[in-house]
Amino acid sequence: MKIIDTKFESQTVTNNMESTRLDFPILKLKVNNKPLVYLDSAASSQMPQVVIDRLSYYHTAQHANINRGVHYLSETATAAYNAARCKLQQFVNAKEDREIIFTSGTTDAINLVMHGYGRKFIKAGDEIILSTLEHHSNIVPWQMLAEETGAKIRVIPINDAGELLIDEYEKLFNKRTKFVSLIHVSNSLGSINPIKSVIAFAHTHGVPVLIDGAQAAPHMSIDVQDLDCDFYAFSAHKLCGPTGVGVLYGKEELLESMQPFKGGGDMIATVSFEKTTYNTIPHKFEAGTPPIAAAIGFGTAIDYLSTLGLDEIHAYETDLLNYATEQIKQIPGVHIIGTAADKTAILSFVIDGIHPHDIGTLLNQDGIAIRTGHHCTQPVMQRFQIPATSRASFAFYNNKTEVDALVAGIHAVKQVFS
Amino acid sequence: MNAKSLYQEVILDHNRKPRNYGTLDDASHQAVGHNPLCGDRLDITLNLNDEHIDKIAFHGESCAICKASASMMTAAVKGKTYAYAETMIKEFRDMATGKLNLDNPHHLGRLTVFSGIQDLPTRVKCAILPWHTLHAALNSVAGASTEAEHDPANASTV
Repeated sequence: MKIIDTKFESQTVTNNMESTRLDFPILKLKVNNKPLVYLDSAASSQMPQVVIDRLSYYHTAQHANINRGVHYLSETATAAYNAARCKLQQFVNAKEDREIIFTSGTTDAINLVMHGYGRKFIKAGDEIILSTLEHHSNIVPWQMLAEETGAKIRVIPINDAGELLIDEYEKLFNKRTKFVSLIHVSNSLGSINPIKSVIAFAHTHGVPVLIDGAQAAPHMSIDVQDLDCDFYAFSAHKLCGPTGVGVLYGKEELLESMQPFKGGGDMIATVSFEKTTYNTIPHKFEAGTPPIAAAIGFGTAIDYLSTLGLDEIHAYETDLLNYATEQIKQIPGVHIIGTAADKTAILSFVIDGIHPHDIGTLLNQDGIAIRTGHHCTQPVMQRFQIPATSRASFAFYNNKTEVDALVAGIHAVKQVFS
Repeated sequence: MNAKSLYQEVILDHNRKPRNYGTLDDASHQAVGHNPLCGDRLDITLNLNDEHIDKIAFHGESCAICKASASMMTAAVKGKTYAYAETMIKEFRDMATGKLNLDNPHHLGRLTVFSGIQDLPTRVKCAILPWHTLHAALNSVAGASTEAEHDPANASTV
């Protein structure tokens, strides 16, 4: 398909990582009279000006409902929406653009697979493999399915560093194993799972694999054909795009075999009160008016990130993580949780005698935004026998000066409690 | 509200040396409070004698704001009547959510140090949890435990 992104030309962006922060207007904010130090990109990343402009341009000059309108604006919006789908296809190297389903986010994508694949193919006594590292969004849908069908959840354990125990994973397989759903990168610890070999092993047993890529896609290049994953899910708002949109990649033959998730307009071919026939993929899974503007903005965010280069982003962030890890582990009483050999730039830590929420509130006084709590990963917290952590997560628009601010902030917190 | 000044005023003292910390073995009333958002848990045991709170103790896992609030609360209600404690509970909840005019007469005394918590909306529940749990304990059947799992900020009944 030809990519038409009508009349909107992305501004050229810098590819010097240090200066990318100039592309992000929000990073100029002051919070509590201090320069904002935004270290919560694992929860939601910020949007560069080109994405903000793209959203504005869409609403100013292109907005209409898509797919059925015969008028100028509808055709324009439809072309831009389809172009975004093609950008996502290229971003993950999917074979076909129809293997890209727009969802409301990663959670929605996982629920789509649970309803569309799980409820059709997983029966009583069947087993679904998850891991200790999963975000609640990759636990709860499968528990709902297990409750409904009588299927069973099996869990891959982790070691003290926060790495999957691959031997244990392989031992979980038996003839009842029907599905594996696994997080690519742990949102609370940063561990990068060796998903390619995990997927290959599942396939030797004929078991399909869904990868929750919410924390991976923003930080490394993803090639779904090379990984050979059956499903891959991620969200725009962690990839410098807007909230409200995400993607499910699925292999064409699997998507074709699945039942629809939501019923409504656009997902049908014909409707009568006697019988409804469903539309082809991807439309079968996109009932109702999709988040058109957000999807188009997502496409622009993908352009932006691709210009910077995912490999370059990964290298820069790894350097930042190493710098931060070295600084923070030297502070007395501070313990890093999650020390996998292979990590993205996520730094979870606890401080002796100081509750994470108090740390978060006090750092905010210095303009430093971190996340505190269980990060929707209560099984991980239970594994480390802690109620919560403080989590600093870095993006390519962060720099070492901000790491230094965090380190100074932690010292100041300790001072208050001393 | 500067969070640092709140911390410096109340945490330094009550976080390090919480008053009435522990459990009463002979409690007539008790309750457990949870903040499911952060996993905090607070146990309150008390002895109600002729409508008066003779003894009260708390313990649990919580952040400094919650612990300081619990510590100051137990000190404030000890020796007071059930009705007086209920009045304080209502006033504290109203203060934390910005609904109490501190210029009018009230019974909170030094607890007004927590008035600034209304400017830290994500932490309001931390400060209120002990009060919610006290309310649950006061209204519990003697010796029974009451789970107080619903939203402490909105709770009005056990």
